[in-house]
Amino acid sequence: MATLSSTVSVKVPQTRQGGGGSTPPTFGGGGGDGRGGNGSPDYGERLRRARLGLAVGLTPVIMLFVSFTSAYIVRQGLPTLDLRTNTYVHDWLPVNLPWVLLLINTVILVVSSVTMELARRQITRQAALAPVTSIPGVSLGEEKKFPWLGITVVLGLGFLTGQWMAWRELAARGFYVATSASSSFVYLLTAMHAIHLAGGILALLYSAVTSLLRKPVEARRIVVDITAWYWHFMALLWIYIFALLEIAR
Amino acid sequence: MASTEIVHAHAAPQGFIRKYIFSLDHKIIGLQYYFLALIAVFLGMGLSLLMRIHLIWPTASLPIFGDIKPETYLMFVTMHGTIMVFFVLTTAPQGGFGNYFLPIQIGAPDMAFPTLNMLSFWTTFVAFVVLIAAFFVGAPLHGWTGYAPLSAVPSSGPGEGLGADLWITSIALFCAASLMGALNFITTTLDMRAKGMSMMRMPLTCWAWFITAILGLLAFGVLAAGGILLLMDRNLGTSFFVPGGLNFTGQTSFPPGGFSPSTDLVKHNGGSPLLWQHLFWFFGHPEVYIAIVPGMGVASQLLSTFSRKPIFGYRAMVYAMLAIGILGFVVWGHHMFMSGMSPYSAFAFSIMTMAIGVPSAIKTFNWIGTIYKGRVRFHTPMLFAIGFVSLFVSGGLSGPFLAQPVIDIPLHDTAYVPGHFHLIMGVAAIFGIFAATYYWFPKMFGHMMNETLGRWHFFITLVGTYSIFMPMHYLGMAGQPRRYSQLTEVAYLHPLIPLNRFITYAAIVTIAGQFIFLFNLFWSMAKGKKAADNPWEATTLEWTTATPPPHDNFGGRTPVVNHGPYEYSVPGAPRDYIMQNDPATAPVH
Amino acid sequence: MGLALLAIIWLITFFSTYFFVAKTWWLPVGASAAAPWIDHQFALTYVLMGIVFVAAQGSLGLFVWQYRDRGSASQVHYSHGNTTLEVLWTVLTGVLFIGLNLMGSSVWASERFEPAGPGAVQVEASGLQFAWYFRYPGADGKYGRTKPELMDASAGGEAAVGLDTGDAASKDDVVSGTMYLPVNREVDLALRAQDVIHSLFIPAMRFKQDAVPGLIIHMHFKPVQTGDYEIACAELCGLGHYKMHGMLKVVSQEEFDKWLASKEAEKQ
Repeated sequence: MATLSSTVSVKVPQTRQGGGGSTPPTFGGGGGDGRGGNGSPDYGERLRRARLGLAVGLTPVIMLFVSFTSAYIVRQGLPTLDLRTNTYVHDWLPVNLPWVLLLINTVILVVSSVTMELARRQITRQAALAPVTSIPGVSLGEEKKFPWLGITVVLGLGFLTGQWMAWRELAARGFYVATSASSSFVYLLTAMHAIHLAGGILALLYSAVTSLLRKPVEARRIVVDITAWYWHFMALLWIYIFALLEIAR
Repeated sequence: MASTEIVHAHAAPQGFIRKYIFSLDHKIIGLQYYFLALIAVFLGMGLSLLMRIHLIWPTASLPIFGDIKPETYLMFVTMHGTIMVFFVLTTAPQGGFGNYFLPIQIGAPDMAFPTLNMLSFWTTFVAFVVLIAAFFVGAPLHGWTGYAPLSAVPSSGPGEGLGADLWITSIALFCAASLMGALNFITTTLDMRAKGMSMMRMPLTCWAWFITAILGLLAFGVLAAGGILLLMDRNLGTSFFVPGGLNFTGQTSFPPGGFSPSTDLVKHNGGSPLLWQHLFWFFGHPEVYIAIVPGMGVASQLLSTFSRKPIFGYRAMVYAMLAIGILGFVVWGHHMFMSGMSPYSAFAFSIMTMAIGVPSAIKTFNWIGTIYKGRVRFHTPMLFAIGFVSLFVSGGLSGPFLAQPVIDIPLHDTAYVPGHFHLIMGVAAIFGIFAATYYWFPKMFGHMMNETLGRWHFFITLVGTYSIFMPMHYLGMAGQPRRYSQLTEVAYLHPLIPLNRFITYAAIVTIAGQFIFLFNLFWSMAKGKKAADNPWEATTLEWTTATPPPHDNFGGRTPVVNHGPYEYSVPGAPRDYIMQNDPATAPVH
Repeated sequence: MGLALLAIIWLITFFSTYFFVAKTWWLPVGASAAAPWIDHQFALTYVLMGIVFVAAQGSLGLFVWQYRDRGSASQVHYSHGNTTLEVLWTVLTGVLFIGLNLMGSSVWASERFEPAGPGAVQVEASGLQFAWYFRYPGADGKYGRTKPELMDASAGGEAAVGLDTGDAASKDDVVSGTMYLPVNREVDLALRAQDVIHSLFIPAMRFKQDAVPGLIIHMHFKPVQTGDYEIACAELCGLGHYKMHGMLKVVSQEEFDKWLASKEAEKQ
């Protein structure tokens, strides 16, 4: 069984099998576990690693929407066998999209991206100044902490509500999920985006919670930073989906 | 003089739950994946045994199962494939050994995101439970490939109702789990290598796990997309894959009570069954490379270690794996030559498929070149590595037949195809898992596995699996189709029954032989000879640390790497191996 | 142990190769115009791959014995590889594999890039769970309309394909559970499927093509030998996949005409 002993000690290198006369192996300083030489966590390294993880993690999300896009384009051009005439016909029915409503939603999402970015920069400044403010007696004045994060959550929820209203409007116009291939794709793409955005909102709520739990601001900064980039990606993804559905009807 | 340093290591968890159930330690998580795969492989083997028995004795009433109906046989076929491909071949080599040894081999104290790592294992576990649940409600009969409309219309056959929904859900969960794992592997490899461990000094096992993770990262999202569309077709009445005007009255016995054409089928319109195939195989082809590439890494590692010689052509091996990975994404159409796909596309895919044979051949030449003028030690891990090369050659060379569309005409969907892919996935990749087990068992458990039992296991399995799968090529050429639950109805299959019987007997013996391994595995954990820290006299970093490795892998220090991974028999060196973190006195590579 | 490995690997190689060379179980005798070309490409591939197979397994077996650890007698040749050799065998393998493929591509092109010639026999093959039905368009050369709601496999024949007898073109359509073809004439086969994907596989004709619901797929071949040839389904289609077989009877032109006429007469 693997032992899981805690080790906080100086150890001399062990001699190895078949050794004999050779100089002992080299072991070096810190690295790999996000800890600096003085034992305190290396937040710079952790942030870099988290951003790398996000970039890697967004790749499958991109692949998911690339798959949906290719299915969409292929289906649009695919002729269907009309059994009555035994000939192939094109049966793609463009959807009557409530584009005004969707445009408003887009504006809400883009604004939320701005507020998200402001929240990200706000906490970056806080994290940068954290060592200074910890010096006893030093004060930078009461920095008014504008609730950019909270506003972003509200705007995000507003976007989701707007998408829900768009679906109601689509249904009112006679386009349900199985009405036609085109309507199926509209619901699919918007729903999948909404699910991913909801995940982002959960991440925002999590970062709000961590502030209440009084985790170190540098750690909170990493959560907000990653969520912010994810949020911007979601906004760009929405713009792409909207453009696809409008332009490639 | 070695530098030593006080570094506050990760505090080890206390309590049984935190240590063994919800552990964040990549080593424990690796073991969890491994034992999940072990359960899965015996379940999958059991299913294949039932299939082989039914083929030869179709009217026999088996204990527990009773009469095996055709749909039950097909359920076995589907679940065998799904369990083996996902929960064995995508789990043990990558989630099992990759998780355990990637961080150690690159000199890191853990994976980049330990919590995500734990989540990825438990999601895999839940996926497995959901899949097994399908057995209890009637598992689907549409094969691991799940072609629509058979998989998209619940009335197409028994098990295609709730069973198919559970099957899709299990796979969707597995996609999520794999993606989480891939994220960890890639970030760890890029960001957590110890000082001196450049990419070109990484052991080939690390390169293999890294490339496999990239393949998974790009492929599993597409499978998830296909699964979502399939669930929508099945449950929401959409028509991504289901065309209009389908009629199921031909199958008069199912659904019970008969089928009425006036019901929901006519709601579908305009879907394309080929779209499912494209989405599935865009994932499915990289998936088979995900299954074999880690085994290639292990083979390289072991052939070098046990020949006491550097791997022949390290750079070529890296480039070959990269080429296989990249080309693996542009060959998926070779599964669809007979599908109704454009013959021009077929031509393009076939050229790319022949091209992917080239890096595979290079790797084979290099493995043989590693043994050449080496000094071979026949420990059990090496036996399985040698077996891997032989099986890879055999399975690989039947590929160029299938890759040519004209030759695929007589061979597609015949027994030739399972012959081909079992030799590679069902045997060579499994040999990679066995080799890795025998090799790393001492480091994981502190004991040696029994050599005698290992040799018996090796010879029975090598001869046995060749006896099972080589004859399938002959059966395929003679025209025996795949996925037939009985060979009694089509007259030209009757003369092929004796050879099928031979395969069944070989399967019984081979499966029995695997219990030698199972016994050896568990017995050695308790009673095996105590293992030294480096029993194989190997060079990579896992052999520099204690057995089993401490919680943070290196006991509070991180290694500094001065040498490549395969410095064996270096002229002028005091011993026939130089460990990667030995001081830089010898010529540096 | 090295010797045991050599023996096992060489024996496996020998037995595998033997059964390929002896053709103990082999492709059935070809009976179509394309068969000799396909078989030729097949033979070429298997000779070339066979040589590589024997060479690779042979050298693997040889080296594990020849370079076994013999204690102080063993001398390891420390080397990281040989770039010249790598380039050489990469190029050779590439030429071999791609060349082989290109050689077979002309057969593929003639089989698949071109539609059937004029004057080909028209047959429509419908796959359904779990039988094949073959329809001949009759003297008017046109297939009558079919309707999914008219399909009733239990009634067999015309009902199985859902023939709409109201359509004028249906009057001379002949539906049969057995496919009859005249020898030495190209056939233009239109493949359809009613429910799930099936695949029409006639080994002796070297013919296989999936029948996909929602598509009418045209494929052609030319039988050159009379006889009875069994048809198997080669795409998993449900619980009855194993028993979904049919029969192709290749007969002389006169016999074919007689058969067709008798089926037309049955309809009256």
